Amino acid sequence: SRASSAVLARDNYPLYIRSSPTENELKFHYMVHTSLDVVDEKISAMGKALVDQRELYLGLLYPTEDHKIKYGYVTNSKVKFVMVVDSSNTALRDNEIRSMFRKLHSSYTDVMCNPFYNPGDRIQSRRAFDSMVTSMMVQVC
Amino acid sequence: WKTKQEMADEALFLLLHNEMVSGVYKSAEQGEVENGRCITKLENMGFRVGQGLIERFTKDTARFKDELDIMKFICKDFWTTVFKKQIDNLRTNHQSIFNLSTAKFLHLRKFDQWKVYVFCSFQYLAFTCGLIRGGLSNLGIKSIVTAEVSSMPACKFQVMIQKL
Repeated sequence: SRASSAVLARDNYPLYIRSSPTENELKFHYMVHTSLDVVDEKISAMGKALVDQRELYLGLLYPTEDHKIKYGYVTNSKVKFVMVVDSSNTALRDNEIRSMFRKLHSSYTDVMCNPFYNPGDRIQSRRAFDSMVTSMMVQVC
Repeated sequence: WKTKQEMADEALFLLLHNEMVSGVYKSAEQGEVENGRCITKLENMGFRVGQGLIERFTKDTARFKDELDIMKFICKDFWTTVFKKQIDNLRTNHQSIFNLSTAKFLHLRKFDQWKVYVFCSFQYLAFTCGLIRGGLSNLGIKSIVTAEVSSMPACKFQVMIQKL
């Protein structure tokens, strides 16, 4: 499985980063970091021409040099999800990426509603979150 | 008219909320909560709940256009899901103040309409003030929310948006 996911707080620090086993983790951190500018641009006033301002899904973030495709999604609470998949995975279509983001969003909402979770903390939930991401990454093989 | 589900939801919320207020004040008597901090504690509880609720309620909505859009959402969708009806009236000075008024607020419905009880009513409004503040906070709006009661069970929530 070659997909990596990250969840970033409103202030752009990571709440959750999970890179696939074959991925260079540091490289993924860097990719997520550089994606943030693109995400901010897309949801800002400047991005009006680039993406439907009402949609949460941002689609492809920027062209890639090293066979990695980055996708973005921003919730109404300005939490960002970034997913990086291998470009060799041509079977993956927009719909599938969208549904993966929906799953991430749904699980994040569950985490937010957990009274034992303190907003802004790193997401450490194994059952609600981590296992969902694992099963999602397995599907992207 | 309300459905059975709505009536059940309302009753549960009302009873739980009343016990919560009572519980917080009891712990104050037993020295667990600093005296005078009860209202703050209730407001903070509302804040955390508001954060979670807004995350859930905005999961499938489109992106908000502006602050007014968000306030309308709070008055309609948010208020309806929590209190089973919309806010009766939303007013704004088009700068940073919004007034949300409702003629029959859920938590004030059982109060007798004696003026003397207005003073106690704030204990029953703190949680809801926090609810609004928490919901707005998670949408990126920092605010101060206060409540005003002139004649029960009507009340008015005032949202003062803090521009950084």
